[in-house]
Amino acid sequence: MDVNLITIFILAIFVGNEIINKVPPTLHTPLMSGSNAISGIAIVGALLAISTNGEISTYLGLAALVCATINVVGGFLVTDRMLKMFKKK
Amino acid sequence: MNLFYLLSAICFILGLKRLSHPKTARSGNFLAAIGMLIAIAATLASSNVLDFKLIALGVGIGSVIGLLFATRVQMTEMPQMVAIFNGLGGAASAFVASSEFFKINDLSFIICVSVFIGTLTFSGSFIAFGKLQGLISGKAITFKGQQILNILFFSTIIILVSINNFDFIQANNSFYFVVLLAFLLGVGLTIPIGGADMPVVISLLNSYSGIAAAATGFLIDNQALIISGSLVGASGLILTNIMCKGMNRSLANVIFGAVGAETSSGSSDGKEMNIKSYSTTEAAMILDAAEKIIIVPGYGLAVAQAQHVAREVAESLESMGKTVLYAIHPVAGRMPGHMNVLLAEANVSYDVLKDLDEINPEFEDCDVALILGANDVVNPAARHDQSSPIYGMPILNVDKSRTVIINKRSMNPGFAGVQNELFGYDNSIMVFGDAKEMLNDLLKEVKEL
Repeated sequence: MDVNLITIFILAIFVGNEIINKVPPTLHTPLMSGSNAISGIAIVGALLAISTNGEISTYLGLAALVCATINVVGGFLVTDRMLKMFKKK
Repeated sequence: MNLFYLLSAICFILGLKRLSHPKTARSGNFLAAIGMLIAIAATLASSNVLDFKLIALGVGIGSVIGLLFATRVQMTEMPQMVAIFNGLGGAASAFVASSEFFKINDLSFIICVSVFIGTLTFSGSFIAFGKLQGLISGKAITFKGQQILNILFFSTIIILVSINNFDFIQANNSFYFVVLLAFLLGVGLTIPIGGADMPVVISLLNSYSGIAAAATGFLIDNQALIISGSLVGASGLILTNIMCKGMNRSLANVIFGAVGAETSSGSSDGKEMNIKSYSTTEAAMILDAAEKIIIVPGYGLAVAQAQHVAREVAESLESMGKTVLYAIHPVAGRMPGHMNVLLAEANVSYDVLKDLDEINPEFEDCDVALILGANDVVNPAARHDQSSPIYGMPILNVDKSRTVIINKRSMNPGFAGVQNELFGYDNSIMVFGDAKEMLNDLLKEVKEL
């Protein structure tokens, strides 16, 4: 494993820790559905996997693409639907 | 291309940062979506061997399903949906790693890790979904030797990975074995966890889905996956921690404790309670005399779909010049922040929703605490009764207010199977009945005041 990648990994965890601790309890459900959408970043891996040689690899890539797209599309949309409801009178 | 991934990572981070306030949250979510778009576009542009037909097919199917989920899901069902999405996130990572395995036909350590976490997240999430949806018993399902079996699964995987390095077994067989064992482990770890602990499990699986993505990022050498995956991993862990604190349980206790397997018998210690049952008319008169009222909603309120009429009652009281606040316990709903979403859906302004630390001092000078469907989170035994299973759990100190009005369907104990001593307190009165009917009656009475 590449040391650079590990560095990025560790630093990203610190950044995540800092910003997410500032999210108020009121928004924890949208935070979860929003982070669902972000973990759909596997879509990038799916796009690359689908284009590799070999039938099995391609179909596994397709399966990954479907799952990740559901996460991305569903995640961002449902988060927006929830956040729209948070109003102050 | 890496620059574009960096750009998308910045969008994710700034987007999450904007989630720190309800005012900016929506734009934050939008910004994160832009970040995703950048990452996708950069990937599509970078490779020249892409099979666009298949990609269109995959994206098409996924988008339609995602769209249906997002528009159809009820707010009460949000935990189930997040459970499914966690599972799909894990599955996506596992599929990418599997695809990589069949391409290079070598079972490296990182492929194993990636497939393992992804598959475990997938199976665990679908068990959690089944429990939340009521397809599987919400009670903890336990059997003798369960932990030993889980440990066995886990150690077999570790042995398999190391054996493979020595090439004893064919890589293919090991791969299938890792998938199978990870699947069983996901089921084995989730099935003994009771319904009340689901908020912890969902948060934890949320974290896993992020870690799975990060592991896949290591595998395919992709920074975008690593950064986003670790952000999600951190987020899930923080929420897990908050939920555990909300129940005064350690994570190990939630995972291995199997609380809720059977209703504990030690709770009813035979103490007679003096229950005072009041009518809604009498409750309305008490509210009329009050200046400051704190509503404590529990999940029962949402199940009865009574949050709308609760808001109407609150508005009538406000129009009479009274102060009305809402006290939200961290584990009031079925997932972190769930109750807030349900109340936001009922048009309750977010600035009157107060969390535990904010609201507890307010009970001291509160005239009426109106408990709607909450039980364990208002049980004073958690403060002083060391024999109580919920001892040490942070609770809402409703008993400090002048009068406590409790609405309950019947005297059934709550999730933890504990009878609530609050009901017998001198300043407590009970109004029995279905939450929605009771609140409708109460609304009429309050309007007539």
